[in-house]
Amino acid sequence: MYNKGTIITGLIIFVVLVTSPIWYNGLKAGPLPKPELPPGGEQQCVRPADEMRDKHMVLLNEWRDDVLREGGRMTITVGGKEYRKGLQMACMECHSNKEKFCDTCHDYTSVKPYCWECHLAPAEAASKKKETL
Amino acid sequence: MDKQRRKFLKIAGATALAGVSAPAVVKLTSSPSFASSGQGAAADSHSTAKDAGGAQHDVGKKSIRYGMVIDMRKVYGKPELMQKAVDACHTVHNVPDFDKPENEIKWIWTMPFENVFPEHSSYHTSKITEDNEFFALCNHCDNPPCVRVCPTKATFKIEENGIVAMDYHRCIGCRFCMMGCPYGARSFNWFNPRDHIKVYNPDFATRTRGVVEKCNFCAERLPLGKEPACVEALKESGALVFGDLNDPDSEVRQLLDENPTIQRKPALGTKPSIFYIV
Repeated sequence: MYNKGTIITGLIIFVVLVTSPIWYNGLKAGPLPKPELPPGGEQQCVRPADEMRDKHMVLLNEWRDDVLREGGRMTITVGGKEYRKGLQMACMECHSNKEKFCDTCHDYTSVKPYCWECHLAPAEAASKKKETL
Repeated sequence: MDKQRRKFLKIAGATALAGVSAPAVVKLTSSPSFASSGQGAAADSHSTAKDAGGAQHDVGKKSIRYGMVIDMRKVYGKPELMQKAVDACHTVHNVPDFDKPENEIKWIWTMPFENVFPEHSSYHTSKITEDNEFFALCNHCDNPPCVRVCPTKATFKIEENGIVAMDYHRCIGCRFCMMGCPYGARSFNWFNPRDHIKVYNPDFATRTRGVVEKCNFCAERLPLGKEPACVEALKESGALVFGDLNDPDSEVRQLLDENPTIQRKPALGTKPSIFYIV
């Protein structure tokens, strides 16, 4: 093998550079996010918490297609309270703080869902209320 | 060798001819369906003159077909009343208000008679049509051209109720539907609409830059037992009446029975669900 020293040194430098974020953070992925539980004290979600953690985006897509295409705008009853299907109308009713709930995990995992380009987070909706007219 | 080439060319020629003529043969041999579709087309062209491309074709259908009768007689000389309906709709649906007309977003709006009904010619226009503006909104056509041209199925017809709806999640902003719609009922968001919404309705989403939007016949309000926002706003005057065109007992059907109505551009065969009493 020609230029053994140069190649191997180069490879080592490359690997170290690529993995540098891991070394920089001391082999840790940072503190785990702690999404805020509903401020209103609701205990029950539309699905078990585990399932929601894994598959909330699937459920949201199902709801979207149901509501918009299949005419399935039926409400969902959880713990005696009725919710209309939808991000703005069901989820954010309880998880009223987007920054402390949605964003904590999305920031941590560097996921950038574009829900909020159209859907109004409670704080955003409250920023332009009827009274301001 | 030569002989073989001749043979090959003959076979190739025969095959090509068979391939080209196959569709014609198939069409001719399946004559029953061919004949009936021909009859249907003829019947269509006869009846369009009679009922203005209208709902009568669908009377036999079981499903709901939502439609609206706009009784213009009740709002003549009352532009503020018409504006009330427009404002009600635009507030409920977070419709932005752009200053420049070329950026305008509109779900329901008003226009002069000759713009709403460009196909209606008259030797001498009446004072009423000259002095008044007329309502225009998505016609929720039975045969919607916007749906046919949409490449992503972002706009579609809900078969259960006849509403031409949109899924803004899927809209890529190609604006084919705006070309397709003969009524100008669709608007494109050239800019972020949020900066131009005065009051948010927290129960409805906004749109984002780069999508097309239009009237949805208040598909989100109907399941809650509410009427469309514009109808509700003009409830006292009774100028806008909403209901099931397929239900013989509905108020819209009774209005259609009692009054001669006109539609926008009936000759295009889009079969609008909006009827005007002028």
